[in-house]
Amino acid sequence: MTEERGNVINWVAGDAQADRVVPPTGFTASLTLFSAATMAFLAVFALALSLATSRLADRWGEELARSSTLRISAPEGQMTEQTAAALRVLESTPGIASARVLEKEEQRALLEPWFGPDLPVDSLPIPRLIEVIEEGEGYDASGLRLRLSEEVPGAVLDDHTRWRRPLVEAADRLRLLGWLSLALIGGTMGAMITLAANAALAANSQVISVLRLVGARDSYIARAFERRFTLRALIGASGGMVLGCGAVLALPEADPAGGFLTGLGFQGWHWLWPLLVPPVAAVVAFLATRAAATRTLEAMT
Amino acid sequence: MIELEDVAYSYGGGELLSEISLKLQPGSFHFLTGPSGAGKTTLLKLCYGALVPTAGTLRLFDEDLRTLDRDGIALARRRIGVVHQDCQFLDHLPVADNIALPLTVSGRDTLDEVANLRELVGWVGLKDRADALPPELSGGERQRAALARAVIMSPDVILADEPTGNVDWDMSQRLMRLLIELNRMGKTVMIATHDLALIRAAKSHVQTRVLRISNRRLQLAGADL
Repeated sequence: MTEERGNVINWVAGDAQADRVVPPTGFTASLTLFSAATMAFLAVFALALSLATSRLADRWGEELARSSTLRISAPEGQMTEQTAAALRVLESTPGIASARVLEKEEQRALLEPWFGPDLPVDSLPIPRLIEVIEEGEGYDASGLRLRLSEEVPGAVLDDHTRWRRPLVEAADRLRLLGWLSLALIGGTMGAMITLAANAALAANSQVISVLRLVGARDSYIARAFERRFTLRALIGASGGMVLGCGAVLALPEADPAGGFLTGLGFQGWHWLWPLLVPPVAAVVAFLATRAAATRTLEAMT
Repeated sequence: MIELEDVAYSYGGGELLSEISLKLQPGSFHFLTGPSGAGKTTLLKLCYGALVPTAGTLRLFDEDLRTLDRDGIALARRRIGVVHQDCQFLDHLPVADNIALPLTVSGRDTLDEVANLRELVGWVGLKDRADALPPELSGGERQRAALARAVIMSPDVILADEPTGNVDWDMSQRLMRLLIELNRMGKTVMIATHDLALIRAAKSHVQTRVLRISNRRLQLAGADL
């Protein structure tokens, strides 16, 4: 373990003399820096998307899961009696924190988008609505439905499951899409760095041949390339990460009226997530370069 | 040290070398001669593991080449100093760093070794050219730098491929004196050359064995050499 840690420290600290054996190459350096910076920039946005959709899924799930609606449709003479009976049932049901009958004004507000502000709620046979707020683990919906069917025949319980599920599923899929985008970004960066490393290795075949002539092990030769590409990816990704965070900061603040789009960003400690992008990019670059170097050196044997 | 037993080497469907048997004893001095294209360079490359025989057995320091992995070959090469005809330098590094390259790659670039490096650079007469880049060197200077790089690890064997190919007679004599000096220090030396005058001149200073490649096979050279 100590030896491994020592190897890692030696690798990071580097060997100035060993680093010089491979000549600096212009376009592969620029390609690695640019692709790492671009991919890190995109990764920050994909992270922001994933975290925002994750928050959204949690919020929708939470909000919708905590409330239900009881709709009472009864003849005019029985409405008050059935409403009172429903409230009694709800108050005695474990897992329900509160239940209240929506005021006529609230019902009018609910219908206003469809029928306008002057709807004569009093003269229309509109069902009575009861808002149910859950507590703890929530209530047993099927048990409650059974009791209501016996005691309040005109009551229909809507626990929002029917339309909550697709919303939460949509948010979950968006979150998955965000993570998939991150994986694709990582893969693309790996592919681009592999191309750059292959180009550098091909351009330096004479250097590799000289190093082998003087007794260099393949691991030594590979390390010279790995270190160079890993550091370039780290530097490029750091720059891209800073730019990406700046761009996310420039997005509009989360606003309830703006809905989902204005909530696309990081909140609280989630701002720490982008800091992971440069080291992950460095690891991807390291693995891509190692694979490219191993393949090339084997082919050159 | 280096032993070839019925070795053959084929490339592109044609056999370049066949039935090659050779044993490089410690402290021996060999010349390898033959016309251009006879396979001298190929034989030298086989001797330091850059090529793998297509038939026969090749042993590097008592290890069968077939049993050595790439790391094993790299370690064996640290015991063999090679001087190429075209020298093969890293053109972006100064001469001193090129000479020190075997030390660098083996992690032996310590202060003591650096002191040895200065001494070695002086020994091959390149003290004033240590900071120059290889493309700035003359043919003779490149050959001397390549020789210095070949011996900096104090190898057991020195293989030189036409080391005097690009230099005038005086410089070739100077290089030969350096190689003979190394042989007197106990190093095994094998030089591939088509320069028969060089071989004749060397024979008066060192006991040599002259081998000739002819028709893909290795044989002892005649009395004319």
